[in-house]
Amino acid sequence: MSAVTRHRLLLLLPLAVFLILGGYFALGLTKDPSKLPSMLIDKPAPTFALPGLSEGEKGLSNADLTGKVQLVNVFASWCAPCRVEHPLLMRLAKEDGVTIHAINYKDKPEAAKAFLDQMGNPFTAIGADKDGRVAIDFGVYGVPETYVIDRQGRVRYRHVGPLMPFDVDETILPMIRELSK
Amino acid sequence: MIPEIGHYALVLALLLAVAQSVMPLVGAARRDVAWMETGRMAAFAQLAAITISFAALMQAHVVSDFSVLNVVNNSHSAKPMLYKVSGVWGNHEGSMLLWVFMLALFGAAVAGFGRNIPPTLKARVLGVQGLIGVGFLLFILVTSNPFARIYPAPIDGNDLNPLLQDPGLAFHPPFLYLGYVGFSVAFSFAVGALIEGRVDPAWGRWVRPWTLVAWASLTMGIAMGSWWAYYELGWGGWWFWDPVENASLMPWLAGTALLHSAIVVEKRDALKTWTILLAILTFSLSLLGTFLVRSGVLTSVHAFAVDPQRGVAVLGLLILATGGGLLLFALRAHVLKIGGLFSPVSREGALVLNNLLLSVSAAVVLIGTLMPLLLDAFGHKISVGAPYFNFITPFLTIPLVMVMALGPFMPWKRADLGGILSRLWGVALLTLVSVMLALWLAGVKPVMALVGIAMAGWAGFGAVWEVADRVKLFRVPLADSLSRARGLPLGAWGTAVAHGGMGIAIAGMVGTTFWLAEDVRVMKLGDKALIAGYEVTLDKVEDLRVANYQTEMGHFSVRRDGDLISTLTAERRWYPVAKMQTTEAAIHTTFYSDLYLVLGEENPGGGGWVVRLYHHPLVPWIWIGSLVMVLGGCLSLSDRRLRVGVPARRAAPVSPALQPAE
Repeated sequence: MSAVTRHRLLLLLPLAVFLILGGYFALGLTKDPSKLPSMLIDKPAPTFALPGLSEGEKGLSNADLTGKVQLVNVFASWCAPCRVEHPLLMRLAKEDGVTIHAINYKDKPEAAKAFLDQMGNPFTAIGADKDGRVAIDFGVYGVPETYVIDRQGRVRYRHVGPLMPFDVDETILPMIRELSK
Repeated sequence: MIPEIGHYALVLALLLAVAQSVMPLVGAARRDVAWMETGRMAAFAQLAAITISFAALMQAHVVSDFSVLNVVNNSHSAKPMLYKVSGVWGNHEGSMLLWVFMLALFGAAVAGFGRNIPPTLKARVLGVQGLIGVGFLLFILVTSNPFARIYPAPIDGNDLNPLLQDPGLAFHPPFLYLGYVGFSVAFSFAVGALIEGRVDPAWGRWVRPWTLVAWASLTMGIAMGSWWAYYELGWGGWWFWDPVENASLMPWLAGTALLHSAIVVEKRDALKTWTILLAILTFSLSLLGTFLVRSGVLTSVHAFAVDPQRGVAVLGLLILATGGGLLLFALRAHVLKIGGLFSPVSREGALVLNNLLLSVSAAVVLIGTLMPLLLDAFGHKISVGAPYFNFITPFLTIPLVMVMALGPFMPWKRADLGGILSRLWGVALLTLVSVMLALWLAGVKPVMALVGIAMAGWAGFGAVWEVADRVKLFRVPLADSLSRARGLPLGAWGTAVAHGGMGIAIAGMVGTTFWLAEDVRVMKLGDKALIAGYEVTLDKVEDLRVANYQTEMGHFSVRRDGDLISTLTAERRWYPVAKMQTTEAAIHTTFYSDLYLVLGEENPGGGGWVVRLYHHPLVPWIWIGSLVMVLGGCLSLSDRRLRVGVPARRAAPVSPALQPAE
């Protein structure tokens, strides 16, 4: 291959990289990420046991996920959208009486505590997932994520991204009512 | 009636944009002066049409016309006037209108000011600007009409997201967009040059002022956004590595690289192919940024395809602009002549290293931001967040800062690294002194903090030293130094000021990241808390109703050594219409640190309130440094060699020996 052809092929490189990227985007667009079905839908939640935020505090394990229809919220103090959805979680816990368990994702326990002290704590129990291992089992795509779990501890619904009042009123609450019947 | 005028004006703008893209491009190909001239007129007319449209939407928001859907969704009659105005661009449709408005503004500016640009190149630049305009105007008209009506009109609106109702954020989007859109001019110049098949030093000179305007605006926009996050989100974090923030950081990194490589084109007629590529990529990242931010829901990659129709349109625009630009690059870049040669150790070499590091940084941020999306296509699920970025940042920033201080001392073509390093003894000494000072004030741990302070010192003092070196401070009489300082081109001042600003900002980032002190406690009325030498007393808590929210206000008094130095008010607000709560932190700032108080919930048990107290050392320097960087950009912009279309008025500078190499 002559130097000239090599040079010209090199000039093609940016376009090639971009086309590959564009292909991924197109693929991504065919899926609605906010409805990304969890691979776990209608299957039992993964088996896990996480420690609490500090020594001696109650953690979270899959045993806690049975017996009651509930939400599992994956959050982190460094995640801005989590702050946005937090008041809604507070409302769900306080006004609608929903049980919410939390997985604290790749976070410093002090930072997570500070976050909850400031914004309020809607969670019945929190498991600290420091290395994100359990989140991988859940198939967490990014924080925040929220799962609806039924009485048998099966994952019934997955919401990716911050909850908005619309999601809660139109989807989450009706679903919880339906499952609680 | 007025919203309809706005809508029609937008349709007219689309037609004018078509004229602006077709006529000058055809005219330039045929060397037809009249056709090329049409492009200029169309650019002015397009600006006029979009101004009318923008004003119409503004009017609907200001008078709270609830028959317009956009106003219903994003406004409320009780909202303060400032936020009625900023609400115009606080939503997807309105912000897209602002986007095309700025695009037209830049197009008209090129048409008006670019008098010394050769007619064919100018016609092509305007044509490409017109093409971008066509894409975006079509996008707005087809998928995001801001003037859609609603019948019957509701009594009142749904209010703007309360987090966005803030003076700091009101003007954050316009600056950010000025930056994003400004890079479109660099893109158009790059595409124009590829069509012409010619890039010369003059091209570098024409493209630089536009890139500078865009860069300075983007710097300002990002700084405002992070300042807002700092005081509004309620714990003093100023950067979250959120996809939306990353979206603005990527074009900033690429734009900074472009700014520097354009210098090499201008001065040395080298790095031309790379600079053209960078111009295309910078604008592509701006496009990506625009859409990561403005795709419906609030904040995350997840929002990318919330509305599939918009998602597809977005992708189409991205592919047309970036793909088209890169295709042209692949086909035409080989005709650009390879320019001046240089040794690896030289001003050019330093700028190449700068470009490499900045582009790698942009790529790292891009990968971190899009990785979840990309891997998802394979069925893998991973999450990338702050930990990834925090881990990788030092590896790129440290070498970048080292080169940043060295670069300006290097002559073009070939430099003597040993000689330059030995000239920098003063910088090394001052850096060492600041590290010792940090060691004395804050102790040896964390070690990274000392490394960070060394970087800040190296960058900051390096910039000061460079000016001192140029004006021969203390080596010639002071009066001589002063006259040399006056003779120094503004571009040289701009470089030093911007680099110094970076040093200041780094010091701020290091200070608040590593030396933050915090405390949380339940405080009853009259309780005192001690933090970083301050004594904070909770004096009073009251409930108030203001405009469109209710608020709980905590009044604090702050004492130091028994003397009252400040009284502060921290708030917790509740917006009933949007059903959202926000916190307003109370901040007492000195030049070198912030005392930051947040009022939390009322303690359900024994009374009192949860209060969080923070002490952020050096944090104001982040924004002071950013402002200094913007100032540097403005200084550089006013350098007379860049003043487009203005003939040189002054005689040659005092003596040739004073005229530096750039």
